[in-house]
Amino acid sequence: MRLIRRILYFLRRRRQAAELAEEMEFHRQMLEQESGDPHAANRRMGPAMLASEDARGVWLPLRFDSVLQDLRVGFRMLRRSPSFSILAILCLTLGIGANAAVFSWIEGILFRPYPLVAHQERLLAVTGTARGEAGHTDTSWPDLLDLQKSCTLIDSFIVNKIMGTTLSLGDRAERTIGSIVSANYFDAIGVHPILGRGFEPGEDTGRNAHPVTVISYQLWQSRFKRDPAIIGKTQRLNGIEHTIVGVAPEGFLGTFVGWGMQFWVPASMEETFEGGGYKLEDRGARWIEAYVRLKPGVTLEQAQQEMSAVAKRLEIDFPATNRGRGIKLWPLWQTPFNNAGTLLPTLGIMLAVVVFVLLIACANVGNLLLVRSFARRHEMTVRVAVGADRSRLLQQLVVEGLILSALAATGGLLVAHWCRHALVLLFPARAGVAMYLPGEIDLRVLALSAGVCLISTLLLGLVPAIQTRKIDLASALKSEMSGVVGGGHGKSWIRSGLVVVQVSLSFLLLVGAGLLTQSLKRVRSASPGFSTQGVLFTAVDLRSAGYDPQRAKNFQDDLLERIQALLGVESAAFARGTPLSYGNFSSSPIAVDGYQPPPDEQPTVQYNEVGPGYFATVGIPLLSGREFTVADNEAAAPVTVVNDVMAAQYWRGDDPVGKRLQVKGQWRQIVGVAKVSKYQSVRENPKPFFYVPLRQDFSVGAGLNIRTRMPAETIAAALAHEVHALDANLAPYEVITLQEQMDRSTSPQRVAVTLLGVLGGLALLLATVGLYGVMSYTVSQNARELGLRMALGAGASNLLRLVMSHGLTLTAAGVVLGAAAALASTRLLGNLLYKVSPRDPLAFGSALIVMTIAAAAACFVPAWRATRTDPARILRD
Amino acid sequence: MLILRSLTRGARHGYGIAQHLKKISEDVLDVGESSLYPALQRLLLNGWVTAEWGASENNRRARYYKLTTAGRKQLAAENREFDRMIVAIQKVMSCA
Repeated sequence: MRLIRRILYFLRRRRQAAELAEEMEFHRQMLEQESGDPHAANRRMGPAMLASEDARGVWLPLRFDSVLQDLRVGFRMLRRSPSFSILAILCLTLGIGANAAVFSWIEGILFRPYPLVAHQERLLAVTGTARGEAGHTDTSWPDLLDLQKSCTLIDSFIVNKIMGTTLSLGDRAERTIGSIVSANYFDAIGVHPILGRGFEPGEDTGRNAHPVTVISYQLWQSRFKRDPAIIGKTQRLNGIEHTIVGVAPEGFLGTFVGWGMQFWVPASMEETFEGGGYKLEDRGARWIEAYVRLKPGVTLEQAQQEMSAVAKRLEIDFPATNRGRGIKLWPLWQTPFNNAGTLLPTLGIMLAVVVFVLLIACANVGNLLLVRSFARRHEMTVRVAVGADRSRLLQQLVVEGLILSALAATGGLLVAHWCRHALVLLFPARAGVAMYLPGEIDLRVLALSAGVCLISTLLLGLVPAIQTRKIDLASALKSEMSGVVGGGHGKSWIRSGLVVVQVSLSFLLLVGAGLLTQSLKRVRSASPGFSTQGVLFTAVDLRSAGYDPQRAKNFQDDLLERIQALLGVESAAFARGTPLSYGNFSSSPIAVDGYQPPPDEQPTVQYNEVGPGYFATVGIPLLSGREFTVADNEAAAPVTVVNDVMAAQYWRGDDPVGKRLQVKGQWRQIVGVAKVSKYQSVRENPKPFFYVPLRQDFSVGAGLNIRTRMPAETIAAALAHEVHALDANLAPYEVITLQEQMDRSTSPQRVAVTLLGVLGGLALLLATVGLYGVMSYTVSQNARELGLRMALGAGASNLLRLVMSHGLTLTAAGVVLGAAAALASTRLLGNLLYKVSPRDPLAFGSALIVMTIAAAAACFVPAWRATRTDPARILRD
Repeated sequence: MLILRSLTRGARHGYGIAQHLKKISEDVLDVGESSLYPALQRLLLNGWVTAEWGASENNRRARYYKLTTAGRKQLAAENREFDRMIVAIQKVMSCA
């Protein structure tokens, strides 16, 4: 009720104020009439302005009218000192902009990663788990079907598996990525094709039964020239004609964080794109990356409980494939199988870092405001003297802070808008794969940025407010008259404190940047267990070209022969899997004579299918036994090479050569032991792994490794020529060194280093500016003292030392604090650090050096100016 | 409370209230603008009085305040509380 009256009052505040004035005027006149004395009224009633302001204040405790007034005054103040305003707004813009940009990345990559997809807040990622193994596994089609049947809390299961193909249209052939999806895909995520239809129920059943595809808007536009009659036309994908049944709406990029999908095919076509046989009826083949949509109101925990119960039942029903296997749900932002997972730690750290940058920026602007508030001391003192309420002064300071931060927030959002797609630029380019890591500026990001703006406003308003609280009328007026700024101790304490905070925060960031740089260096120089130099990697997409296994084998043999004849090529070998790439290695349940696995556990080991001479070509040393040869073909006895970690685990250190290993139900004789190398990530721990001859487990989609001392470009040209000579319709992929391959796999670390480096530099700059400001201010305030010292015989070097030591003391205090904070917090960098201690002395040392140089530079200019003080002039003034 | 009380016999304008209080209290209570008008605004805000423009005795525009039902209730409540306090204070004063 009161609120409504207040609002009504506010809406008519002008008329209300006029009425009040009229009423009070009437009162005055009546008093005059009564006493006949024109001054009697003033005597009896006191200052009219104050009375009417009090009366109005009853209605609007927040004093909207006075806020409007403060806004006007604030803008005028800003215009009057443009250099202050620009510097302050620039500092804050950087601070708020960095925050908004990181917010928008987090929103666009982790929380709302999929444009146009409905109800992402109810979307969860699904993976399998294996007892005794860390991390996640993919899921199998039959398992998902059973889960779908039994889970009541789930709205829909969405199957999505990323894959690539070579799309040739006319004479252009390009690498394109797409998804294998369940038939409910488009309906379940609420995306409706703009032309044609999505998939129909049943199109995800039957082996290769439904060669249909939905293409992306981008593909429709670029490759098909927006052909309005596209529906019903066919496109060759991996050698099979697919009917185009739909065109996805503009902006829809599928459901894989980082990469935009260009086409979708139903799961029934899985074999065409995935390789490794028909998997829709194979419960043991785990290849699917899936999502579920929860029913409204269901929590992750409830759904997880239900899923785990069903998974338990599957374990009992299908022990051969499901023993020890569980199902795990993940919030979208933790999705382990796409770039959300790789970027999560980086973005988390970025969030902390930008908060620091904002704090530093606020401290800087706070210091600027403090300097200015000395200039406004007179104004404030006079206002208090004539009866202004302290809270009224506080209000004005907060409003002025609000103006600054609102302007900066606007600027910051612009910065964030420009930086939306900046993350992608940090990732190394890959031919044919469109990286897509957008920032998303939506309501939540706007609200958060507004919150940041509000907090910085309060921080900004508080600094000078602490000062006004201390205004002591008598001494302030007196000191104003004598022209000396007195009481400097309290304020210089605040200013110094702010500088120390800035220095310590930027020191912390420098240490973080140093640690990550060290770690990146270690990662890059870490030995992956194979040669990174002198080995090139490339591939020829035979699967897309529709080669059957026999034709592919012939092609591989012919190509190998031609390559090995090239000048400078030492050896070459095909292999299905490439180390450190996104594509998974095959994995198989294994059995070993004399090894009894723990109950409830089915040992499963990853392996690679490699051609003759593979180990020599990529430089993986063999510890015993022999390498695969041309003789290890389809007709020969099945053989395998295991790595030393596997040998130690399953044969307890005995040399396993000559023993046997069961792979996919088939016994293979072990002919060699290879040294362990990195398989999926440079930072992985050594793990069991084995190899089988490519010919004994053939895959059309094998990559080519070439050992040579020639540069990649030379080989690329020669290779293109040879491939073309064999089949005019084929072209090899880009030719890269294994070092390049390794660099690509470490890009998340590089992104973290780059971002932290940029932000750390920004923080250092802000802190340096802050230190410089404080020192110049101190020098100008103490000009008298400096002049006096000079007059009494102090030399330039004495003064220089005096001022420098003051500045460096502040820096040292900041560094000590920052070092303490860093020692306590760098552990949080955790898994971004590779073989670097969070207390690495080199990182701390280099941060110290950088900080000292920056601080010395910031102090030197004011100190040098101090030595230029003209004592005669100073003393005369 | 005093203002509410002075309005029980009908609407008055601000000046009238001040005069009334002064007259009744035999010049002890001389209410100035600076406390009267904020108090009146507070009463309006709480809905205990309403205000209306009318002509004054000398035919000038003046704002007349009138008690509302809520205002009467409030007055009664404050009256009771006041009586209780007075009695309490008197008891303390007489025996101390």
